[in-house]
Order: sequence, then structure tokens, then C-alpha cells
Amino acid sequence: MGTAIAFYILAALILTGGVLVITAKSAVHSVVWLVGTIIAIAALYVVQHAEFLAVIQVLVYAGGIVVLYLFVVMLVNLKRPAEAIVHPQRRERTGLLLGGALLAQFAAVAFYAFNSPQVGTAATYSARGNVEAVARALYVEYLVPFEVASVLLLVAMVGAIVLARRDA
Amino acid sequence: MVTLAWIPLLPALGALTLGVFGIRFFPKRLTALLACTTLTLSFVVSAFSVWQLVKLPAGEARVLEFTLGAWLPAMASPTSHGIGSFGVDWALRLDALSAVMILMVTFVASLIHIYATAYMDHEEPGAYARFFTYLNLFVFFMLTLVLGANFFVLFVGWEGVGLCSYLLIGYWYQKNSAANAGRKAFIVNRIGDWGFLLGVLLVFMTTGSVDFYAVRAAVEHMPIETTTFATLSAACLLLFVGATGKSAQLPLFVWLPDAMEGPTPVSALIHAATMVTAGVYLLCRNAMLFSHAPQVLEIVAVVGALTAIVSACIGLVQTDIKRVLAYSTVSQLGYMFLAAGVGAYGAAMFHLVTHAFFKALLFLGSGSVIHGMSGEQDMRHMGGLRVFLPITAVTMTIGALAIAGIFPFAGFFSKDEILAQAFANNRPLWVLGVITAAMTSFYTWRLVALTFLGSRREAAPAHDAHGAHGGGHGHGDHGHHAPHESPIAMTGPLMVLAAGATLIGWFGMPPVWGGSAFEHFIEPVIATGAHGGEGGGHLSHATEWTLMIFSVTVALAAIWLAQRMFVQKPAIADAMAARFSTAHRWLTDKLYFDELYGATVVAGTYAVSRLSFWFDRTVVDGLVNGSAAMTVFSSWLSALIDRRGVDGVVNGVGNTLHDASFGFRRMHTGLTQNYALAMVLGVVVFVGVYLVVR
Amino acid sequence: MTITPGHWLALSAALFTIGLIGVLVRRNLIIIFMAIELMLNAGNIALVTFSNLHQQVSGQVFALFVIAVAAAEAAVGLGIVLALYRNKETVNIDEITVMRW
Repeated sequence: MGTAIAFYILAALILTGGVLVITAKSAVHSVVWLVGTIIAIAALYVVQHAEFLAVIQVLVYAGGIVVLYLFVVMLVNLKRPAEAIVHPQRRERTGLLLGGALLAQFAAVAFYAFNSPQVGTAATYSARGNVEAVARALYVEYLVPFEVASVLLLVAMVGAIVLARRDA
Repeated sequence: MVTLAWIPLLPALGALTLGVFGIRFFPKRLTALLACTTLTLSFVVSAFSVWQLVKLPAGEARVLEFTLGAWLPAMASPTSHGIGSFGVDWALRLDALSAVMILMVTFVASLIHIYATAYMDHEEPGAYARFFTYLNLFVFFMLTLVLGANFFVLFVGWEGVGLCSYLLIGYWYQKNSAANAGRKAFIVNRIGDWGFLLGVLLVFMTTGSVDFYAVRAAVEHMPIETTTFATLSAACLLLFVGATGKSAQLPLFVWLPDAMEGPTPVSALIHAATMVTAGVYLLCRNAMLFSHAPQVLEIVAVVGALTAIVSACIGLVQTDIKRVLAYSTVSQLGYMFLAAGVGAYGAAMFHLVTHAFFKALLFLGSGSVIHGMSGEQDMRHMGGLRVFLPITAVTMTIGALAIAGIFPFAGFFSKDEILAQAFANNRPLWVLGVITAAMTSFYTWRLVALTFLGSRREAAPAHDAHGAHGGGHGHGDHGHHAPHESPIAMTGPLMVLAAGATLIGWFGMPPVWGGSAFEHFIEPVIATGAHGGEGGGHLSHATEWTLMIFSVTVALAAIWLAQRMFVQKPAIADAMAARFSTAHRWLTDKLYFDELYGATVVAGTYAVSRLSFWFDRTVVDGLVNGSAAMTVFSSWLSALIDRRGVDGVVNGVGNTLHDASFGFRRMHTGLTQNYALAMVLGVVVFVGVYLVVR
Repeated sequence: MTITPGHWLALSAALFTIGLIGVLVRRNLIIIFMAIELMLNAGNIALVTFSNLHQQVSGQVFALFVIAVAAAEAAVGLGIVLALYRNKETVNIDEITVMRW
């Protein structure tokens, strides 16, 4: 029952936040709503017994990525409104249509999925602590992908520096 | 025994060093020192090895072996008796037969190397080193030949000595005649090698092995092909073809006289003492095999006797000092084959060894004369040289007496042995042998008489037709002053060889004097079982005495005749030449063997070549040109189709696409979101399909 | 009133669609990037849901990888935005139509 209440509240927060992110006039507002959405998702993770992931979500998204967005928003000092010019060949309505179509399809999928079994209590695999379980999986089972991910981050870092260099 | 490997390896190392560094960098003294040292060391090692061998108990077990490793790994191979194992090892084997050979080869080769250091002294340092490189290399191959434990190692040596012979005959390659002589030797040898290799393969097919001892063991139990001419006979005949090539027998002897274009030490070492005896060695090495093919042995004996007498005839009238010796060598080799052919392998080997000594002595002596005469080789321009070259004169006289078969010199023992065996086995051949012996004595003494005895005839200018024989020597710095004795490096080996030519015969006493120690030594290797060693026939003591006295008498008579004709009354010789002018001309022109081969083999080759050239030009080229023309025509045709047909289709497609793309390119707006739209459309379609199909 | 995986997945799908519409409709590049972040988070929610469903932590680990990729994407993407801004004085995707013939 508590889970259900938490789910519905958080779901409402998340969806509202998401809609506000994509509808806000100013990029700064978007970023703020994004922070809210992300924190709500982190809370959702706690409900799902993914405590470690929740912490990482807050640290990396709210603390890292969002700050990065804020920096860029501040750096991009536009003289005219960002979306002043509209290309004649835009297909805005098609986009909305397709988005709706996809949602409908998801709904159809979800309709089938409502008959599937319940989410487990997560007691069996969190008995020794979710962090330990994740760490074991991450550093034992997925060691190589983990290293690959670190290389990816390194490449991205170098790429970002090269792209953002002033004299590039 | 590892020591065995060093016997051939020492000269090989010498050749390698001289070839790689010597030709560029070494001064003459160093070259000479290195070449002689390797040879002398090789002789010492040989002597040591033979001493080790002699310490072993006599009999078939008196063998030392050393295998360097596998050459061809053993593999299954079909033979006429099922599947044999065809494998060849780099195996060296020292038994009594090869012991004799390596001692002789290394000893004579060492002396000739020492001799050559002085004889070749007028060459440039580079050419000097080249000469000793070849000479060392030759000794390496010769030792490989005699030490090889199977046919294939022997064949390596066999081909190697042929190569070195070619290189050394053509040593003065600037001279056309020398280069041609080298080629001639190589090509004629090729014919023999063809037979040899076929023979080896046939031996393998028959016996399932190429190792000499294994072949001997296998052949021992096969029937003797007395009446039939079967596989063993064919193999032996092919091997004998190889032997005729290498040992200059009829009909392949023509290369040896021409080989005298090489420097005299080469003639002495390769074309008298060692390489040319390889054929005889091959026969004796496979005594058991040949004894199972009596018909081939008969052929061997006849060919040997004919060669002996024919070349002796030619030798009678030759005027070039080295050519006389060359024909003499061919003749003596014929003697050896005669001995082997009547089954007297021991006698053949013994004559081989004694001949190596006295013929090397004669060649080196002639070289000393040529050296003293500043390159003159024509005996008609010599005479009375005993005053100027006393040591050479004495030693060469000893050599001449030895080859003539006068007691107590070496030739007496070996030649007498051969004649006795021929007498016991085949009378007609004995007659030929005796006539040859008489002629041998005659022309040898003629050589000595024309060169050293009598009075000095005026030398023709050095650059006349005959002087050209020695033209490459570059004796120009000697000028044309009086003949002079050679340095000690040349006379020393002469004296050693003269001593050898005198003494070596005593190893092979005739049976009447207690039997031959030499033949007793090599008996286990050349034993032929059924034939009972020495060709069967044993002579009574009285017959032996008679034969000995007879042959010595004949030799002495021939010498007396020569002395009378060429020293006391030279007019007789001229009169004889005039009287029998046709025969004289035939002999002087070497019985026209070269012309015969020129008219048949060479002309035939040319004719075949011309025919194939014509065939090539008309038929093959016609086909090629025809196909080319066809190709050109079909190309033209396809070009037409291409331009009208294919290009039309291609251009049509291109134009269609070009026109169509003007419409399609409107889709490419450059708006990233439109591309994203397409992606999402794709996703929606996929999910839709999934939902419908499920 | 139990919450089944279907509920979680419905939330995920809804969030994903919101992000998708953002990507397709907005012209401000920065906001488009934020919409992409929303889509990635929707995916993460689905992953965690499946992780719980199957009682395996693999799903959470994948979610971690997705976060890493999102970080990388944000770094590079925003670097591109900055570079574009320097060169064209705009972040309007409709003004950046160089990706055509």
C-alpha cells in the first residue's frame, strides 16, 4: 500500500516534471525542472530497492550532468530568442503524431503486461545489501564492460575538450 | 667418428675463407699459406683416421662411420620389391677402399697445392686466391665423393668435382679456347651424369636402398645375370655410362685432352690423379653389384681396352707436352677399366694409386718444363733441357720409367698385375693391353727424349701458333732468356712424388713374391663372393715370371725404339711420318673424334634446334598470333556491343536515377529532426508489426 | 492496489514518449539534449523494473552503464553545441541545416 502511494506520487512528479522540461520557454527553466524530475526518479529507485543506483542518480545526474547543462546554458548568451526562426520544412505535427502513436503502442504493450507477475520484494537479493550485490556484479561479472565504459568516458572527455577549445 | 667430418671440411673451410675474403683482401703469401695448411691438416687428419681404422680388426667390420644428419628424411617409396624406405643421410664412411683414396687424394693434393703456390705466382693476388679457392673446393668435393656412404653423397661429390673441373679448366676464362674447353668438359660430363643418376635410381628400385653396404648386402643374394640382361645389368650399364663420362673413356673421352687448357697443377690434380679416377672408384666401390652383371663387366673391359689403345695411338704423335700426357691419362684409365672389367678390382685400385703418383709427377714435371720455358708447350721446340732443369729431368725420367712399367718403379707392379689378370681371364684383351703397354713406353720415352735429351732446338717465337697453348700464363716478365730450373716449391713436390713413384709399388707385390699387401687391405670391401676376389683365374708361378719378363722386355724395346728414333736418328721419325702420312695425319688430328662429334652430335643438336626454332616460328608463333588476331577481332566486336548495347543500358539507368533524384532530394532538408522523425517512424512501424504479429 | 511491473513500465513508456516528443518538437538544441536525458532515464526505469522482476542486479548495472553513456553523451553533445554557438551564434536546430546535399 505504501509502495503504491509512493509510486503514484512519484509518477505524477516525474511526468509533470518531464512535460515541464520540454515545454519550458527558457532553457534555464528546463534545467530546473530536469533536476526535479531526476530527483524524483532517484526516489523511485529507492522504492524499487535500488539504493545504490538512486545515490548515483543524484550524484551524477543532479550533481554532474545537470551542472554541465547549466554551464552551457549560461555560456550560450543569445542575442535573439533561441527558437526565433522556424524552418519551412519542419514537421512538428508529424512528430506529435508519431509520439502519440508510440505512446498508444506502449499502452497496448502495457495492457498485455498487466497480467505479468508482481514485482518481488527484493528481499532475496538485497539480504546482503544492494550496494554489495551491485558491486559484485559490476566488478566481477561485468568487469570488462566496466573498463570499456571508463575508456568511453575518457574518449568523451578528450572529445569534449577538443570540441570546446576556443581556437578549434 | 667426428674426426671423419673434418677431412672434407678443412678444405671446405679453406675454400670458404679464400672465396669470401681471400679474393678481395688476402696477399698471395697468406692465400698460399692458408690453402696449403688446410690441405696438409686434412692429410694429417686422414692419416690419423686411417691409423684408427687399421687398429680395428681386419675384415668387414673394419669401418668407421659418421653421420652428419638426415639429408632426405626417410619416406616410403615404391621399389620393385614392394615399398622401400627412401632416405638419405649425410653419411661418411671410412673403410679400406676410401682409406686408400683419401690418403692418396690428400697427399697428392697437398703436394700439388705446394707446387701451385710457385707455379701460379705470376697471377694477380685476386686470381691467385680464386685459383686456390677452386682447388680447395675441388679437394672438398673429391673427399666427399670418396667418403660418401651412399650414392647420393657420392653424387654430391661427383657433381662438385665436375663443377670445380669446369671452373679450373676455364680458369683463364679470358681465353676463348679455355672457356670452350671448360664448357665441353661440363657438357660431356653431363651425359655421363645422366646415366649415373638413372643408374642410382635403378639401383634403389632394385635393392631398396642407396647405401653402398646395404646395396652390397641386398645384391649378394640376387642371382648373377650371366645370360639375361636384367635390371642389375641395366643399372650397372647406366652407372658405367656415368663412369665413362667422368673418367674419360670411349666414347666420352674427348673432353679430357681439351681440359689441358687449365693450369698444369689442375691437370695434375684433377685430370690425372683424382677426379678422373672417380669412375674407377665407383666401379670398385660397387664391385659386388658389377660382379652380378658379367655382361656389363665384359663391356667395361672391352671399352677400357679400346680406350687404352686408341688414346695411346693418338698419344704417339702429339707434339704438345701436356696433350701427350692427357692421352696417356686416358689410356691408363682405360687400363684401370680393363682391370675392373676382368674382375680385378684390386688391381684397378692399385693402378689407380700408382698412376696418381707417377702421372701427377709427369704433369708437374711438364709444368716445371713449361715454367722453365716461359710458357712453351711444344716439344719440337725443346730438347736438351736436362742441362737447364736437372731435377725436373731426373724426376720426370723416373715418372716415365714408372709409367712404362720398368722394374722396380711403381708402374711395373700395378701394370703387371693388370696384364696378368687380363691374361688369365681374356686373352684378346691381354694382347691389346700389351700393345698399349708398348706404345705407352714408346710415347713416354719420346716425351722424355724430345724434352730433355738430344740437343737444344731453337725455340720459336713465343707468339706463334703453338705458343698460344700456354699463352694465358702471362710469362712475359720472364723474357726469353735461357730455360731455368724451377724454385724449390716446385721441385720439392717433384722429388717427393718421384720417391713415391719408386716406392709405392712395393705395397702391391705380385703373388709370386708373396702377394699384394695392398689388395689384402682392401679385399673386404671389394670382395665379390662368387667370383672369389681376383677374377677367378690363378696363374702358375712360371707363367707369372714369363709374363713379367715379357712385359718388361716389351717396354724396354719400345724405349729403345723411341731413343733411337728421337735422339740418335731423328731423321727416322720424320721418314716414318712421311711414309705413313695418312695414318700420321689421322693420329695428329686425334682420329677426328671431335670432328665426328661435331658432325653428328653437335650438328644434330643444331639441326634439332633449327627445327624447333622453325616449329616455334611457324607453328607456335602462328598459333599465338592467330589467337591474338582472334582476340583483337572479338575485342572489336565486343566493343561494338559495348558501345551500342551495354552503354545504352548503363546510361539509361544513370539518366533515370539522375532524373528521379531531383524529386527525391527534396526529402533531404538538412533538418536533423526530420531525420529523427524517420527513425521514430521506423520504430513505430516495427512495434506495430510486433503488436500485430506477436 | 498492488503495483505490478506493468505500472512501472507504463511510467517508463510515458516518460520516454515525453522525451521523444521533446526531441521531435523543440528547436533549442540544449532542451533537445535534456529531452534525450529524459528518454535515457525512462530506459533506466524500465531496466530497474526488469532487474526487480528477475531478481538480478544485472539490470541495475546496465542502468549504471547507461548513466555513464549519458554523461559521455552530454559532454560531447554540449561540446558540439558550444562549438556551433561559437561558429553560428545560434543553438536553433532549424538554422543548422548543413547535413544535406
